[in-house]
Amino acid sequence: MSEFKEFNVEGTIYKTEVPDYVANRKKWERPNPNHIKSFIPGTIVEIFVKKGQKVKEGECLMILQAMKMKNKILMPFDGVIEKINVAVEEKVPNRTVMVELKA
Amino acid sequence: MSLKRNILDLRKRKEKVLQGGGEKAIQKQVAMGKLTARERIRSIVDEDSFHEYDMFVEHEARDFGMEKKQLQGDGVIIGTGTIYGQPVCLFAQDFTVAGGSLGLMHARKITKIMDHALKMRVPLIGINDSGGARIQEGVNSLAGYGEIFFRNTLASGVIPQLSVILGPCAGGAVYSPALTDFVFVVENISKMFITGPEVIKTVLGEEISMEELGGAKVHSEITGNAHFYALNELECFEQIKKLLTFIPWHNGKKARPFPPKPPKAEYKIEEIVPLDSTQPYDIRNVIRAISDDSDFFEVMEGFARNIVIGFGRMNGETVGFVANQPLVLAGVLDCDSSDKAARFIRYCDAFSIPLVTIEDMPGYLPGVDQEHAGVIRHGAKILYAYSEATVPKITVIVRKAYGGGYIAMNSRHMKADFMFAWPTAEIAVMGPEGAANIIFRKEIMAAEDPDAMRKEKVAEYKAKFANPYVAAAKGYIDSVIEPVETRKMLLHALEISMNKVDGRPSKKHGIPPF
Repeated sequence: MSEFKEFNVEGTIYKTEVPDYVANRKKWERPNPNHIKSFIPGTIVEIFVKKGQKVKEGECLMILQAMKMKNKILMPFDGVIEKINVAVEEKVPNRTVMVELKA
Repeated sequence: MSLKRNILDLRKRKEKVLQGGGEKAIQKQVAMGKLTARERIRSIVDEDSFHEYDMFVEHEARDFGMEKKQLQGDGVIIGTGTIYGQPVCLFAQDFTVAGGSLGLMHARKITKIMDHALKMRVPLIGINDSGGARIQEGVNSLAGYGEIFFRNTLASGVIPQLSVILGPCAGGAVYSPALTDFVFVVENISKMFITGPEVIKTVLGEEISMEELGGAKVHSEITGNAHFYALNELECFEQIKKLLTFIPWHNGKKARPFPPKPPKAEYKIEEIVPLDSTQPYDIRNVIRAISDDSDFFEVMEGFARNIVIGFGRMNGETVGFVANQPLVLAGVLDCDSSDKAARFIRYCDAFSIPLVTIEDMPGYLPGVDQEHAGVIRHGAKILYAYSEATVPKITVIVRKAYGGGYIAMNSRHMKADFMFAWPTAEIAVMGPEGAANIIFRKEIMAAEDPDAMRKEKVAEYKAKFANPYVAAAKGYIDSVIEPVETRKMLLHALEISMNKVDGRPSKKHGIPPF
């Protein structure tokens, strides 16, 4: 039996076992609108933009291939490419920041 | 040909089938710590009670060289037998024959015994040990799975369906166990997943072993797909037999009664629950203190441990227990525990097993992860399950019953038949700290010493509301009882409820939040 910890429910502190999946919960972070993250693990097969380039909303930035599908990564708003963190043929895990933007 | 020669010929044919995949394949099976399919069946049923059918079934595949292959029994054994003298239908996939792969005839054998089980109203026990679809048989093997899933669904709530995972059970094959009532897994032997480690590695680049991905521990602790976990096959078979003593053989029958026995003297109900409602204890000891012979057969012991579910007996009759567990996460409700309890409640209701709910819970697990994981719709499952259930429903509130949790845990408002509370019960809209902070916010903020004021107000709230008498004054609680009276009151309530008649509006079916 694991040790008891203090655990707060609505202001009351209870002595109880707190399993790892609760004790190690990730803190929620507000998503950064200037970050484009991979939504699926896959491979970058093509990149169409460069650092510093001005890009219009809806233009295709790169192709992320996953599960045999070529997914177009589109520009969410008019802006500038601040940084590209991936390269062609790179395998990217899920939720990787691939591109950083500036409005 | 004389009769004797006919008989010898039959015996020879049977002998051949009984060799399954042959000596070498059997040796491999044994080396993995596994029994063969027929040994497994024999270990579960009463001695000499098993009768096998479809021994001479052959596949009809004509592609990829299959026409030259003879697969004994097409890789699955079906039959009937008895357990403790009561009839059961069984199938067991034979991994020694083409890896227990499922082709059309293999599936037809399974569906034949399933149809039989449903028609005869006897439990179905399926032993899964299969590499998956027989690829050479293409869409025919997919059709086979589909026919099995359909029958699992038809039989659901009519006859008990037990799935025993004693080997790989991968891809679509996992959905038959998932549709059945109880899934049994064994350490190092059971492996269940939709996509295996190979695919995950190729597609996602993540390396994981079969055991880590879908082993027995994973399914009994993390996913909640398994209900019973055993260290070896023999322990697993004992669990199956024990479960079958508790549950009715079909939905038109009651479970077999046992001679009534008092709880064991070592479980002293007054000494189990600490007075201070922030202190932990094992709620299972309360169940043991009130159930016959202190025998509590827990279901899903390792998953969502903040709620406890399982079977016991009172006065010799099976009851289903649902209880918050203050030992883990203070007994809060969350996504997984709601799901776990709701399904069990529906099981008991489907098979006319009375429900006894023991309540001690402070509310729901707070957190962004819970909200985003859908604790609203998962939590709603408990409300749905209790409201829908028409079996005798009795609740005992031993300590905390706060807020939405009070309503959810088979309250009067979910149409509990009997509501009992110990004098230590705290039935309130929320915990004293939280409530005082809201109600007396202005006073606390305006005070010279806000902490002292908060303490005072918390104490004030506690004194006034953290008790069972406010709810009892409204008739939401039928009786405030002394802890030692609990078993007596439950036995009486169960006796009174024996011929309960209750109904719900007729409909095709409801739309539960799943």
